[in-house]
Amino acid sequence: MSTPATTQPDPSTPPDPTAYDPAVPVPDEGPRGWRRTVLALLRRPVGVVSLLVLLGVLVLALFGGWLAPYGINEVNLDARLQPPSADFWFGTDELGRDILSRVIASAAVSVRVSVIAVSIALVVGVGLGLLAGFFGGWLDTVIMRSQDVLFAFPEILLAMAIVAILGPGVTTATIAIGVVYIPVFARVTRASTLSVRTETYVRAAKSLGAGPARQMVRHVLPNISAPIIVQTSLSLAFAILSEASLSFLGLGVQPPEPSWGRMLFDSRAFFQDAWWMSVFPGLAVFVTVLACNLLGDILRDVLDVRSSATARGGTR
Amino acid sequence: MRYVLHRLAQSVVVLFGVTVVVFLIVHLVPGDPIRIGMGTRFDPEIYEALRRASGLDRPPLEQYVSYVGRAVTGDLGVSFRSGQPVTHLLVARLPATVSLAVVGILIALLVSFPLGIISAVRNGGAVDSIVRAVSQLGVSLPNFWLGMLLILLFSSTLGWLPPSGYTPITEDPVEWAKRVIMPGITVGVVAGSILTRYVRSSVLETLSMDHVRTANSKGLPRRLVLSRHVVRNALVPVITVTGTQIAAILGGVIVVEVVFAWPGLGLLVYDAVRARDYPLLQGAVLLIAVIFLLVNLVVDLLYAKVDPRIQLGGDP
Repeated sequence: MSTPATTQPDPSTPPDPTAYDPAVPVPDEGPRGWRRTVLALLRRPVGVVSLLVLLGVLVLALFGGWLAPYGINEVNLDARLQPPSADFWFGTDELGRDILSRVIASAAVSVRVSVIAVSIALVVGVGLGLLAGFFGGWLDTVIMRSQDVLFAFPEILLAMAIVAILGPGVTTATIAIGVVYIPVFARVTRASTLSVRTETYVRAAKSLGAGPARQMVRHVLPNISAPIIVQTSLSLAFAILSEASLSFLGLGVQPPEPSWGRMLFDSRAFFQDAWWMSVFPGLAVFVTVLACNLLGDILRDVLDVRSSATARGGTR
Repeated sequence: MRYVLHRLAQSVVVLFGVTVVVFLIVHLVPGDPIRIGMGTRFDPEIYEALRRASGLDRPPLEQYVSYVGRAVTGDLGVSFRSGQPVTHLLVARLPATVSLAVVGILIALLVSFPLGIISAVRNGGAVDSIVRAVSQLGVSLPNFWLGMLLILLFSSTLGWLPPSGYTPITEDPVEWAKRVIMPGITVGVVAGSILTRYVRSSVLETLSMDHVRTANSKGLPRRLVLSRHVVRNALVPVITVTGTQIAAILGGVIVVEVVFAWPGLGLLVYDAVRARDYPLLQGAVLLIAVIFLLVNLVVDLLYAKVDPRIQLGGDP
């Protein structure tokens, strides 16, 4: 549909004899490749800042309970709808709960949902893409057409339909977001698999007796990891956005557990009098998503992935 | 011609898959969808009537064939909640969504094309940096939060625009314009940001092509080179992305309509999910997916028409 046409290696091209060396089956991989990527990332200020932001979000997610100045559901009816002050940096909500503490605590659920959802999409999508790209033929057709079907729904609509089936809640939202992002990974993986499956090192492995599974896991997968890594970073951004959207619609995280989206949903009733209720949780989503997106873009540069190989989530 | 037929056949296959997925929505619900849909207002007589009307008492295959058969003639069943024909409800909501989507697309195009082109022409300059930074921010903005901020600024604080609601353009164009501008911007900003990046990279790529160098070296004025040789060629691939963004806007409007209480398809889907009104949800999902497919089909065919190099070989 919308993905650019993949360039299939021309089978008529004779194999390059100098490259035909099974001694280097996996070029550009291993710790040296990784270290180079990290170093290149750290040389860019934007990369360092986005990494620090994501690290900060991770720390909040893991240790938010200790870092929050107040309890997340600590009701203080004497301090209802207080604007930001020295006592309450981000102000308080209609029950006098501290917005800062709730924003901090919400990092946990946001990270949990997005990481698990992207893991689902990653494992299933990469698996399907590998099978489709490696074997081709009818398997390719069946797998990719089924992905086209999933792609035919705007992401948030598909997620909402899944929530409608399974009922609202964190677990459902996680599954729904995971399913929604499977096709992106399948397409990226398939396109990359197609471009390396006839490479000499894969053929060498085959001629040395490696079965399809070994060829795929040991030789194809490591060499197509760059676009998948970039896609993971971009998908994390969109998973966080999707979780916030679903929770904003009341279909994701349910009270009393706080989440950025849910806080924004609750803030709508107090729009006129309490701007801080809608500004700070949204800012948290925005900054986290921005950091993931920037990291994805820089990784794409550093890993030298053509931008057409990976896709942005696009719809919310 | 072969490409057109191939592309049509592919759309039919995906459409078939879409109808299966939509049909399955009601069948994957754990428990009795009608009972869940009716909730606390359970009435045995209405229950029986709905069960017969929805055909849920018949074998699944027969139900599917009958669902698709009726859908083709425009009969999408009866809403569990209101008892009205689903088609009726959908048609009533369509103008609001279409008018919002059109405004959103126009805003996205008006913003992205000039910005993307200027940014590419001034590659590396200050304008380029600003455009790139702004588009990165736009991509990461949660659209519902942007909508809330706009309401906060232009309605709650400045009092310039009504915070929500809809007036048909046929009734009062001025009032319609006042109400559509904020949701339109909300929908358009995200799509516009993504488009800006594509326009920029496409123009950059074209700038480095041979024919542009030739045009430059034979002394054509810069303006002429840009308008005749660069922009026209660069915009061809952008057509596809514009298509995906139009489709993405369909997803975006769902959440934005909820923020602005805009009575379109998105708000209808939202209400249907919350009320567990499965026939209504099925109808809305089917309609949106079909629009999505049609837009993508038209875009791909248009692309093939504009760029004759497109042929069957590449995997679409």
